[in-house]
Amino acid sequence: MSVADRINRAARRLPAWPIYLIGAALPVWLFWQGTTGGLGIDPVKAIEQRLGLWALKLIVAGLCITPLRRFAGVNLIRYRRAIGLVAFFYVVLHFLTWLVLDMGLLWSQALGDIAKRPYVTVGMVGLLALMPLALTSNDWSVRRLGALRWRLLHRLTYLAAIAGAVHFLWLVKAWPVEPFLYLGAVLGLLALRAIPRRGRTAA
Amino acid sequence: AAKLSYAPSSYSTDAEPNTFEQITRYNNFYEFGTGKDEPMAYAGQLTTDPWAVKIDGLVEKPGDYDLADLLKGVALEERIYRFRCVEAWSMVVPWIGFELSEILERVGVQPGAKYVAFETLVRPEEMPGQNYPILDWPYREGLRLDEAMNPLTILATGLYGEEMPKQNGAPIRLVVPWKYGFKSIKSIVRISLTEAQPPCTWNMLQPREYGFYSNVNPEVDHPRWSQATERRIGGGLFAGRELTLMFNGYGDEVASLYAGQDLTKDF
Repeated sequence: MSVADRINRAARRLPAWPIYLIGAALPVWLFWQGTTGGLGIDPVKAIEQRLGLWALKLIVAGLCITPLRRFAGVNLIRYRRAIGLVAFFYVVLHFLTWLVLDMGLLWSQALGDIAKRPYVTVGMVGLLALMPLALTSNDWSVRRLGALRWRLLHRLTYLAAIAGAVHFLWLVKAWPVEPFLYLGAVLGLLALRAIPRRGRTAA
Repeated sequence: AAKLSYAPSSYSTDAEPNTFEQITRYNNFYEFGTGKDEPMAYAGQLTTDPWAVKIDGLVEKPGDYDLADLLKGVALEERIYRFRCVEAWSMVVPWIGFELSEILERVGVQPGAKYVAFETLVRPEEMPGQNYPILDWPYREGLRLDEAMNPLTILATGLYGEEMPKQNGAPIRLVVPWKYGFKSIKSIVRISLTEAQPPCTWNMLQPREYGFYSNVNPEVDHPRWSQATERRIGGGLFAGRELTLMFNGYGDEVASLYAGQDLTKDF
């Protein structure tokens, strides 16, 4: 039995719900650490950055699922919705952490930053792009929209992924390696989707 | 670390200093990595004794000065200063140091000198961050001569009454409290008096974002973020933000240095 078959067989037995459970538990643990000194000298930044990074990791993970199926025969599609929804949840928490803990609810400065600061603007674009996706990540919406339209709508993920990676790269000082790795991963995973399928003629 | 003896100073703020732990575990010192906790983790390996400072350029008595000789006869003071990072966070730090002007007067500034340039040690085998071209090493900073001679400008050799922790720029660093933190260059090995404005590391990297002056100014934003407010480190999760003060609150002492200058241009 191939590795792919083994993974597929295991995936049939493992449900998706633990992703929601762990996904919800991690921020609770993070905030608890933040109030008890476990996140170092600046817990506000630590929470903000970690939530943003977790969201970006999950978005990259979500983008891996289609190429894994296409190029490696590994089918993890049953986890995609959970990964996407938890990613959205983290993006929302990341935004709220910025607004409440970092900006201290200084509304005028926060709104000014969203409008004037390109990296904040790009981050907001990513958050807004994910909203319709989160709202339609249920069976009822898939039926209602039809598979084709639903798939088209969910290509907004690509925009959100690029926005997230650019947001990260744009906010750092100097040019550290890490944000480039995320942007490279996102662009690479999107490029894989552009490879034409064999045995199929263009419509 | 060895205890230092020092006198209090009327230039100290009444504000409550941050804790020793906060000041020594939350550092920007890219020579040891870009993470705030990396200087604490990696600076221990830095050799700070022996240490020499080259003083050259337009001075009467240039030379390679052993640190101990340089410190002979200087009067150490405690200067409790507000410290405002360009990243919009701030602390209050009880530095131990002496006025930069003491050294400059001792080595003799030639009449043609208009600027003071500083350089940090380059020693990649002890400073792992220098193995990456994150910045154009050595780290360089500079002041106009009148800024350098201002009594607020100090060379610091300690904090909290003890020798400077390595992650904070041991054995000797600059502290210029009305400017963003990156101007206060650490682990200095060279001081040069120059006629032309010296190149400065962050200014060389992104001149639109980091000006030569880099005075704390709530009205001139960093292109990518506002400088109107700051987060005081150590306030906990819900402390929110404070208003940033012009010249970081040191306007009485330094505003006159910039009379007639447009600080939106000379940022």
